[in-house]
Amino acid sequence: MYGKKVKLRILFLVILLSSIVLTIFLVLKSLEENVIYFLSPTDVKNLNEIKYDKIRVGGMVKNNSVKINSQKITFIITDFKNEINVTYSGLVPNLFQEDKGVVAEGFLKDKNYFKAEKILAKHDENYMPPEIKEKLGEK
Amino acid sequence: MILNYIGSYSLLFSLLISAIIFLISIFSIQNKKESIRNLNKLFFFQFFLVLISFLSLIILFVISEFSNTTVFNNSHTNKPLLYKISGTWGNHEGSLILWLMILTFFVFIYFLKSNTRPIRERLFTIVFQEIIIIGFSIFLLKTSNPFNQVIPTPDQGLGLNPILQDPILAIHPPVLYLGYVSTSLIFSSALASLICLNVNREWASFIKNWIFVSWIFLTLGILLGSIWAYYELGWGGFWFWDPVENISLMPWLCLTALLHCTLVLEKRSSLGSWTIILSIVSFTLSVCGTFLVRSGILNSVHTFANDPDRGVYILIFLFFLIFSSLIIYFLYQDKIISNKDHFNFLSKESSILINNWFVMYFLSVVLIGTIYPIFLEVLSNEKISVGPPFFNKLIIPFLIPFLIFMAIGPNLKWIKAKKFKIPIRLSILLFINLVIAFLVLKIFDEVTLKLTLLLTASFYLFFITFKDLIKKEYKNISQTISHFGFSLLILSIILNSFLSKEIITNLKVGDEINFQENIIKFKKIESSFSSNYQSLIGYFEINNKHLFTPEVRIYDQPEVITSEADIKTNLFKDRFLVINLVKDNDYLNVRYQEKPLMIWIWLSTILITIGGSLSFIKKYEK
Repeated sequence: MYGKKVKLRILFLVILLSSIVLTIFLVLKSLEENVIYFLSPTDVKNLNEIKYDKIRVGGMVKNNSVKINSQKITFIITDFKNEINVTYSGLVPNLFQEDKGVVAEGFLKDKNYFKAEKILAKHDENYMPPEIKEKLGEK
Repeated sequence: MILNYIGSYSLLFSLLISAIIFLISIFSIQNKKESIRNLNKLFFFQFFLVLISFLSLIILFVISEFSNTTVFNNSHTNKPLLYKISGTWGNHEGSLILWLMILTFFVFIYFLKSNTRPIRERLFTIVFQEIIIIGFSIFLLKTSNPFNQVIPTPDQGLGLNPILQDPILAIHPPVLYLGYVSTSLIFSSALASLICLNVNREWASFIKNWIFVSWIFLTLGILLGSIWAYYELGWGGFWFWDPVENISLMPWLCLTALLHCTLVLEKRSSLGSWTIILSIVSFTLSVCGTFLVRSGILNSVHTFANDPDRGVYILIFLFFLIFSSLIIYFLYQDKIISNKDHFNFLSKESSILINNWFVMYFLSVVLIGTIYPIFLEVLSNEKISVGPPFFNKLIIPFLIPFLIFMAIGPNLKWIKAKKFKIPIRLSILLFINLVIAFLVLKIFDEVTLKLTLLLTASFYLFFITFKDLIKKEYKNISQTISHFGFSLLILSIILNSFLSKEIITNLKVGDEINFQENIIKFKKIESSFSSNYQSLIGYFEINNKHLFTPEVRIYDQPEVITSEADIKTNLFKDRFLVINLVKDNDYLNVRYQEKPLMIWIWLSTILITIGGSLSFIKKYEK
């Protein structure tokens, strides 16, 4: 039969291959679990069923929609076709202003109501999410 | 303005000189007339001309000469002097000149310091290096010339993004670039030694110095960026798995692996091919970083312009570099002389190799998490992002064996351990650490299997390196200090991550709020004016003794609001308070955090680089 060395080498190859396969599987699996999709208010309206995963909603903060009290901040995200109400309690970035771009991360309650866990704005003052720029361009 | 012409023509002349050096080197290689005596003057000129052009740009910034497009776009007369100067490299064009200047500087230094290497290898290194320099020069002149002019001359500039007006951020890009750019020399030298069949011990001990230079600067550059993000962005963390951060982490991981396998090449003449591959990958990742950040594919404070031409140029250049280096690799790789001995499982080199594979795994996770969203968007137009849970989940479990190998490895012998015996003392220590970790977690009521094992492994590394530090009488001091620093870093990160506390709320003047054992009182708000911004300062008192004065700055040019957190640091914890404006409103958005051991994250990283730097001092003592 085969010598000891050959057996050892085959064993090594099998272990190597199976660990590579396992790693790839692991990476893809957690990629699938941890990606966050980006939707505009219109995309949300067009959803067939509500996604309960964590998502991001992006658009412009509607003029005169920001309200604040000691508990929470509420505002409306619009892409000038559709709107969605957002409630949020947490840190508001400096660049969060009415009539400026915003990206909120959190969970949909229904198609008109979004509970944000995080508001993202780490960009410069002229920043508009590319998605919104595109959508505005389409109009 | 004459400086515009000086700057732009000296760039052009330096390109000419690069071409001359390139041709001379090719000529000398072909004719076997391998003398390179006169090249040092040319190298100096090449560097000097880029330096002149860089200095011209700095002067243009200092005197606020708005006829220059770059100055017009990124400066303003009201800006403090420091930020006028740092504004030079705070934009795309200027940062590329800086990049080019460091490139030409390093090739000059390489030339002076490589006397010990064979002339043919030096010539090849120079050829590759000049290809890179010429590539970047053309890129600079063609797509992003910093000396373009605006006609008629505007009265005022557009200003620098205020978020970048910060002392740490003034030096962050140059330090990071020193790290990035020196990988180009590792790349060129690796290819040259491959062609000249010189992949051996002598080459390894030569290139090791460059790898250390690159690694040290990259570590410091990442550290500076991280400190800045901590206090300026107001998120109160030090690492966010943001694409831009990941992109600087990838070459760092690759260099770390390279550093260790060069040691194996130096001591045991094996892993030659692997060293070459890692050298190529390190540089590729550095250029990739430039490409992804500069092309506007990643949106962040680093993205200066969305200019597709630039992206396309770097992409083509990058493909050219990768493709040609791979061809060279496959043509010559079978000629690498390698020690065919098999590694003994219980030897230093196998533990280095194992950890090399772990680092490669971490690298692939970061790579996939960073570029997968880009690919998905290009292919299917779906927009996604990959968050911290992805990275934490895939990296943390593998840190456990990684740390244990890191602790045991350096205590093993090269080549072979005499007999296979389980080191009893090490196992007992491991068990003791398990108990300590369990008890520590029990105190804070945070016991989970993953956390216990992770803490055990990091305590293990901590105690073993600490023992080595005391006992070893400065043998391998550089490695011991770096590993000790790393264990300290991981320990601080773990403790910091599960002991951090925070409260986010909206307060009016006079409000008071209880947060665990703390009473946070919002006393008053004051406003004041500086040269280029107006600031609102909130006065907060915590437990009637600590006064916090976080600030909101409203810049006028350009119109941007930034928050300046107030951070009180001591050896045990940071208290972090930041306020934000929400519209014209009585309420301020307030965030208070307690972050234990924060300062140790910075200190341990500094310790890691000190360890790296000591490897040079040791060499000169010999």
